[in-house]
Amino acid sequence: MATVFKKPHALKDLSMHYCPGCTHGIIHRLVAEVIDELGIEGKTIGVSPVGCSYNNYEYFNCDMVQAAHGRAPAVGTGVKRANPDNYVFTYQGDGDLAAIGTAEIVHAATRGEKITTIFVNNAIYGMTSGQLAPTTLLNQVTTTSPFGRKPEVHGFPIKVSEMISTLEGAVYVERVSVHDIKNIINAKKAIKKAFKVQMANKGFSMVEVLSTCPTNWGMNPTEALRWLQDNMIPFYPLGNFKGKDLEV
Amino acid sequence: MGQKLLMKGNEVIAEAAVRAGCRHYFGYPITPQTEIAHYMAKRMPEVGGVFVQAESEVAAINMVYGAASAGVRVMTSSSSPGISLKQEGISYSACAELPAVIVNIVRCGPGLGGILPAQCDYFQAVKGGGHGDYKMVVLAPSSVQELYEMTVEAFNIADKYRTLVMVMGDGILGQMMEAVEFKDKENIVAVDKSWAVTGTGMKRENNVITSIYIKPEVMEAHNNKLQAKYKLIEQNETKVEVYNCDNADVIVTAFGTVGRIVKNVIKTAEKEGIKVGLIRPITLWPFPVHAFEKYAQTPKAFLSVELNAGQMVEDVRLAVNGRRPVHFHGRTGGMIVTQQEILDKIKEIIK
Repeated sequence: MATVFKKPHALKDLSMHYCPGCTHGIIHRLVAEVIDELGIEGKTIGVSPVGCSYNNYEYFNCDMVQAAHGRAPAVGTGVKRANPDNYVFTYQGDGDLAAIGTAEIVHAATRGEKITTIFVNNAIYGMTSGQLAPTTLLNQVTTTSPFGRKPEVHGFPIKVSEMISTLEGAVYVERVSVHDIKNIINAKKAIKKAFKVQMANKGFSMVEVLSTCPTNWGMNPTEALRWLQDNMIPFYPLGNFKGKDLEV
Repeated sequence: MGQKLLMKGNEVIAEAAVRAGCRHYFGYPITPQTEIAHYMAKRMPEVGGVFVQAESEVAAINMVYGAASAGVRVMTSSSSPGISLKQEGISYSACAELPAVIVNIVRCGPGLGGILPAQCDYFQAVKGGGHGDYKMVVLAPSSVQELYEMTVEAFNIADKYRTLVMVMGDGILGQMMEAVEFKDKENIVAVDKSWAVTGTGMKRENNVITSIYIKPEVMEAHNNKLQAKYKLIEQNETKVEVYNCDNADVIVTAFGTVGRIVKNVIKTAEKEGIKVGLIRPITLWPFPVHAFEKYAQTPKAFLSVELNAGQMVEDVRLAVNGRRPVHFHGRTGGMIVTQQEILDKIKEIIK
């Protein structure tokens, strides 16, 4: 019997720990498919964050380093500077990248480190059970904004892709989503281009992936996908912010 | 005979690192150690190495974590407040068993303190400034020549045990110029680093560098492994200078630059008929307990002299273990102990 669908080689054959309906699994798969298609698994080093995906070093088949909270871009800098022939990606959530790790991501980007960041934005802290994230939307209820996010109390959500795209060292920045098939296909294209930008030694590349957290949003998976589409995308518009015409 | 040069302590540290095969340096400016970064910024490009001025000490130590994970010899340097910021990365690196060298040219604290010399980071260095049960080797040179030799040795120890090694000097040592004689060839001990993340090349299982062990049995087993390694380091790497201790009336204990001040006191005291010995721990961790045990019953008393409010003296008391009184004399805030102060204290003790 012919195999028509299988796990990408860059992903180990394990069941993942993510909650039902969480889109981390899809994003892992997209990264792994890209690594397979580019034939770079043997030269790729992934850097895991702190957050729900802290142990994705167990899932990927390439060499992996687990970093302290928010520090993945600094760790990735060290790995890449040590062996510039390797391809380095960081995989980070919104708490990791946009709160505690703001300095590291901004400076890795502005230095133009030849690394690729996969930034998973689900507008909430997942692992620690649903606290306000830098990317939590206005009026969104979380365990630390129980009456909704209010600007006068919590300030405003950060648009990371827009911010990073202002930096000269960041040469490719795109925001995508994985809430339906069409968008999943687009997300994979963006991730592939981000890796190709690194392979061409052009500079820092980042793909922000809008993602769901049904558990902490208090929704079933279908509702969560719809909530992402109806609430996140209007505030976090999809599309390219930098390097649209970059030939790689 | 090698090349003899007059050089500043901080620059010697940097040159020693290069000679030890370090080609990756990540740092953030802070007085009184910034000349290390200045030197590296010029020197690394000459030898095909990498110098990165990080956005913070936190980022610098995490760049070290990354480069050490990739298997290269790597160093960062800072001074007291900056070393506090590095504690996160130090604890993580210790758990992930990453070899790296950290230089602390200590300035007075607490807080932002001042930029003048002190030894007030002893506790932080030897008792674990970061969280969790870990140790790092702490070397305490007392001259520019020792800065050179110990910095080279630090890389060998780091690689041999997959551990962090701190070279801890003070602002005096970092800033002063002294003659240093470089060897023609360094003793660089090559070790297997097949654990490093360099890419699988599709030829082996993937390597993982991590400091997280969620399952309690696994975390405990890892802790036991670390502790066994620390025991081995205690056995093999403890270093101490014992000077003039046989039949001493008082044994003074001091580390780093203060050890040199004490040596002058020994001469002066001898003229006054007082025999003073010196035990100078060269490794602050592992602490040279054996030297104290050997001489525990020799003098009337011990005196620990430090540029702090009394830190190493606690380890001296543990080592002497009640067999003789242990006194303390220290200055803080960037004030330096004088020979006269030490001599007066010795006389007060034996009175």
